[in-house]
Amino acid sequence: MTRWFYILMAALTLSGCGYNDFQRLDEQTKSAWSEVLNQYQRRADLVPNIVATVKGEAAFEQETLTKVIEARAKATSIQVTPETLNNPEAFQKFQAAQGELGSALSRLMAVSEQYPNLKANEGFRDLRVQLEGTENRVTVARNRYIQAVQAYNVLARSFPSNLTAMVLGYPPKPVFAVQNEATISTPPVVDFNKK
Amino acid sequence: MHFLALVSARLGKPLSDRRLWRWFAGLVCGGWLAIAPALAQLPVPALSAHVMDTTSTLSADQVTQLEAKLTAFEQSKGTQIVFLLVPTTEPEDIASYANRVANTWKIGRKEVGDGLLLIVAKNDRKVRIEVAKTLEGAIPDLAAKRIIDQAITPRFKAGDFAGGLNGAADQLMARVTGEALPEPAAASGQGGGFNWTDFAIFAFFAVPVMGAVARGILGSKLGALATGGIVGGVALLVTSSVLIAGLAGVGALIYALLSSFSIGQAFKGGRGPGIGGWPGGSGRSGGFGGGGFGSGGGGDFGGGGASGDW
Repeated sequence: MTRWFYILMAALTLSGCGYNDFQRLDEQTKSAWSEVLNQYQRRADLVPNIVATVKGEAAFEQETLTKVIEARAKATSIQVTPETLNNPEAFQKFQAAQGELGSALSRLMAVSEQYPNLKANEGFRDLRVQLEGTENRVTVARNRYIQAVQAYNVLARSFPSNLTAMVLGYPPKPVFAVQNEATISTPPVVDFNKK
Repeated sequence: MHFLALVSARLGKPLSDRRLWRWFAGLVCGGWLAIAPALAQLPVPALSAHVMDTTSTLSADQVTQLEAKLTAFEQSKGTQIVFLLVPTTEPEDIASYANRVANTWKIGRKEVGDGLLLIVAKNDRKVRIEVAKTLEGAIPDLAAKRIIDQAITPRFKAGDFAGGLNGAADQLMARVTGEALPEPAAASGQGGGFNWTDFAIFAFFAVPVMGAVARGILGSKLGALATGGIVGGVALLVTSSVLIAGLAGVGALIYALLSSFSIGQAFKGGRGPGIGGWPGGSGRSGGFGGGGFGSGGGGDFGGGGASGDW
């Protein structure tokens, strides 16, 4: 009888200090993270098609194309596991590689505007729509991941659940940062007198 | 500087100038952070109808017609399609605004999540079809783009907004019709129908409180009797069924009698043994759509769909 009482007390204490909340939010961030990976994968899968279509355009800027191919190779070569979430360094590396692929792709799309044949190519237009949709999904997935991590981190850092986090070892999780924070925060210089 | 001195006095200990300034900076920055998000985004309007035109582009007739079409479709197929016309989505981009609105409204049936949102930002000359995850198979991004390119933008260019929206509605409905979705629940919509779970939850919280109060005033046995009577009366009023009312009343009576020894004490004032307070409700009340239309609350929008401009 007393043993049951102690077990009950332990269960109540654990749930009282946020143990269950940690489990719930941890699982939530994990699934949000899987969705992010899922969407990144979708983008990576689109790239070969885009590259193949663009290659059909004979005079296309080789440099831009090579950059996309390289960025994709780099992004897909990084192994991501759920542990990546608890390893800020690996997380940053993964993030940087995906960011590179993103900017290489957007550069490719911008350059493609100069090729009328490509713009008129229906296959390419379709790929463009799909890429745009995928980028939107990546944004949403990242956003949800950020929210999930926020809820988790607030729990991990506020009193009294931070004590639970300390005892059981639940460190705050990393969130997405913008890669080129410095570039974004400096306003662009507009100069019409150039050239 | 006197403000800082005041802060210092309030804290009850002298602070060095640098620490004071840091404190002050924290105060100011904190204040700004609290205000900033409010300024940054356009508010999401309250969902009131299938067709919501905040730009007064459509005539009343056109709105009614479109509304009737979308309502009929919701009744026959279950899918909720909402059209929203706004002047602009600034400072956000239409894709993120559409996603935010759609996820706030959660249009689409609860269990199915089949919702569609078409947003027109008139002054930005941009349009977007936002597709819930359930319908991404029926309307992939490419299909959404085709609908925008073929049905919407040519007519919008000519200034025929109603025609464009009607065309879009037809094509969207044709695509959704081809999808195997669960049948809509017959007749018992969200409006009007009696909601069992709501009543059960209400009774779950109300009966203990009411019982304790009644027992406090009338004594243990009489109070329990009163509780049972009141619950039975309320049940009779809500369900208009004598059998159910009787059952509810007897259930409440038994509950009140049994609990008069443990929980009742705590409510009477004296710190009785056992669990004292009752856990508060989770504070999440679902949206009750007024006027017959409300969101099903099941739509999950993951960024699918397409945008276009004219």
